[in-house]
Amino acid sequence: MTPALPGQLLIDGKSVAIEGERNLLELIRKAGIELPTFCYHSELSVYGACRLCLVQVEGRGILPACSTPPETGLSIRTATEEIRQIRRLIVELLLAQHHSQCPTCGKSGGCQLQSLARRLGVDSVRFKPVPRLPTPDRSTPSLVRDTSKCILCGDCVRYCAEVQGIGAIDFAYRGAQSAVVPAFNKPLSDVECVLCGQCAAICPTGALTPRSELPEVWKVLDDPTRHVVVQLAPAVRVALGEQFGLEPGTVTTGQIVAALKALGFAEVYDTAFAADLTVIEEAEEFLKRKGGGGSLPQFSSCCPAWVKFAEQYYPDLLPHLSTCRSPQQMLGSLVKATLPARLKIDRQNLVMVSIMPCTAKKFEARRPEFKTNDQPDVDFVLTTQELARMIEERGLSFTRLEPASMDMPFGFKTGAGVIFGSSGGVSEAVLRYALEKVPGVKGDAIEFQETRGDAERRVVTVACGDQQLTLVIVSGLRKAREVAEEIKSGALKADFIEVMACPGGCVGGAGQPLSRSSEARRKRSRGLYDTDRMLELHKAQDNHLVNRCYQEVLHAPGSHEAHDLLHTVYHSRRRINQENLRLSDSPPTQPVTVRICVGTSCYLRGAQELLRDVNRFVTDRQLAERVDVRATFCLEACDRGPTVRINEKILHRADLGQVIKSIEDILEVLTPLPAGST
Amino acid sequence: MPLPLPNRFDRVCKILDDHDRNPAHLIPILQAVQDEYRYLPEEIMVYVATSLGLPPARVYGVATFYSHFALEPRGKYIIRLCDGTACHVKASIPILEALQRRLDLTPQRKTTPDLRFTLETVSCLGACGLAPVLVINEEVYGQVTPARAIELVEALIAKESPHVTANA
Ligand code: SF4
Ligand code: SF4
Ligand code: FES
Ligand code: FES
Repeated sequence: MTPALPGQLLIDGKSVAIEGERNLLELIRKAGIELPTFCYHSELSVYGACRLCLVQVEGRGILPACSTPPETGLSIRTATEEIRQIRRLIVELLLAQHHSQCPTCGKSGGCQLQSLARRLGVDSVRFKPVPRLPTPDRSTPSLVRDTSKCILCGDCVRYCAEVQGIGAIDFAYRGAQSAVVPAFNKPLSDVECVLCGQCAAICPTGALTPRSELPEVWKVLDDPTRHVVVQLAPAVRVALGEQFGLEPGTVTTGQIVAALKALGFAEVYDTAFAADLTVIEEAEEFLKRKGGGGSLPQFSSCCPAWVKFAEQYYPDLLPHLSTCRSPQQMLGSLVKATLPARLKIDRQNLVMVSIMPCTAKKFEARRPEFKTNDQPDVDFVLTTQELARMIEERGLSFTRLEPASMDMPFGFKTGAGVIFGSSGGVSEAVLRYALEKVPGVKGDAIEFQETRGDAERRVVTVACGDQQLTLVIVSGLRKAREVAEEIKSGALKADFIEVMACPGGCVGGAGQPLSRSSEARRKRSRGLYDTDRMLELHKAQDNHLVNRCYQEVLHAPGSHEAHDLLHTVYHSRRRINQENLRLSDSPPTQPVTVRICVGTSCYLRGAQELLRDVNRFVTDRQLAERVDVRATFCLEACDRGPTVRINEKILHRADLGQVIKSIEDILEVLTPLPAGST
Repeated sequence: MPLPLPNRFDRVCKILDDHDRNPAHLIPILQAVQDEYRYLPEEIMVYVATSLGLPPARVYGVATFYSHFALEPRGKYIIRLCDGTACHVKASIPILEALQRRLDLTPQRKTTPDLRFTLETVSCLGACGLAPVLVINEEVYGQVTPARAIELVEALIAKESPHVTANA
């Protein structure tokens, strides 16, 4: 064995240079050895819990590679008999308490526990199996949680807290009871989760998986009375191929269309058509705001996880969100509004399915704002993974399919709509429109390299006539939170802010084929930008079928019709569902009930002091018999807090004077206060 | 008589202020809250999370990790019966059963509906010489028999309902 040179160490006898790696694991992987791990992810903090990465460090014993810094001269062995035995033992122990139902598990095929067991040659479990009972949480339309399959690696917990800045799930209980759960073990739908699904994408097992809507879709496809149409999101076409052995970023639009037709969809439309429409509406809205008609900066609104996040955490920024619906919902409402007449079918029988890279889109499609006469504009949302499963189930040989083309008019798009699928794409597409529309600005620029890139936060300044436009592009909600805070405090000035919840934008969505590398994400983005180049048109305003749609249906951007079909409203949303504070044991019997919100937004606006003062007033005036004052959580009017409910009446931006006046008014009507009663 | 809510709510606010709303003090804050309310009500935990700027799931995680914290209301008298090895051998189970019968409790239902008594078993109170050991609030009783345990509880019941005694 050769002794290591300065700046080098030995890995299984071979010398390897230390080049800024943060831990032995990175170095070992650089040396081409795929050390197994459950709890290490380069973009998350080091947790060091799974113990799979153990290595033998000469003179120091067995250490976890993920949390040991590299040092010159170390000699490391990665596969001694002892280490091999430990690794197998760990996997066996996990399997002993795992509710293993591999053939029917949502992660089957993508499960790390399954593949590690195979890789490490675990052919039996020497321990008595004590599997936990499955208790699946299907409370949200996007995800299924099943703690009986959890191996407590904590990847989801750290992802949600560190990358999304939310912390909707965390470790609770102890010992054998330990579990990863939402606050108070509530169903996921009752807490602040935004359904981005990234926890399911990172979860090595079937404990967190996207929720499937395949049975429902198969059923409508088989129903001859239903006319089923489908829309395909940009990011899907550059990722689906991965499920069939193609490189990430391979553009398979033609094969996907062929597959969808073979599966029985009557019409195949492109979500990118609606993205072109979004560009026009959103850019017009922006120009109007820029011209003095509304709040700036304008935040993008096409990511449903970001929208839910903003509704929960930034109620006072909601007027800054573009009122544009997302492309998925624009296409849904447009198709449902126009197709029945054209095809002479009943609207009830028209079914819109969308294929999305995203789990939050399933939630978006069910928002009450996106229903017409109680019927959703988009009936079902399938992820890229679900579409791959349909293709497999149907026995189609994907790579051998003859390409087919989309149906008109909603299948026609420009490159602007296609690049929506990558972080920065919305900004670039809006620029391609806005710069041409500003009088006196020559708008022949097409590609804006500045909007492209990997950084989670990018700031772009573009000259527009005699003005400078500042655009901020963020992906990942923790970054979005930073930006939102800076906007609120005035530390950051911007005109337009594009937010995508998933790293890299929709190409990195949680519905995409599982991939642990950011390299795949980059290649998918490349695929979208290449598609843009290969298309003849690159600007949304050049989409003649979108323009025809304006002539025939929508009249003009921002028109009354456009507002009905393409725009929406936002609501403040409580983060956690629970009863009012029930600390007082008796139900209120007093004639006046005062409920003061102490939810976060109201708290920050001084609700606690208000509660104290109202309380003091009630005591001083000896009204306790008649006025019942309690704290409550979030009356969902957070942008106008402190919010107070007095009997049926809601007070916004309440202050002590107002509350006292309202109390007195009610008491006056009930029993006029005798003069000088105080 | 439970205090009316506003006063009770003021107390969590005071506790938070005493700790400068410092998220690093989560555990002492929860301890103080539990001393005040006898358990950790969900709403109060959400409020604590809100004012410390922590996700409620994190607060719940900490509250459920330490066995010291109670998430359900507990009685005024907390009866802890030791079921460690020494006490178990010296027949703690018949005591447990006698108390459960008297207070109409089960292994699942540990607190009486009137919130007077909570009955819990613990493993080893470190007083094995006195086995079997029973602790009521802070008071320790050694070499307890089922009859003695019932006697102690009856005394507390009588003390809790003075008017009944007076009328009898
Ligand atoms: S879906 Fe997103 S927000 Fe919800 S728990 Fe998972 S990572 Fe957190
Ligand atoms: S749910 Fe999945 S990612 Fe989260 S701790 Fe369990 S196994 Fe790990
Ligand atoms: S990867 Fe090192 S302990 Fe899990
Ligand atoms: S925090 Fe939502 S209304 Fe008060």
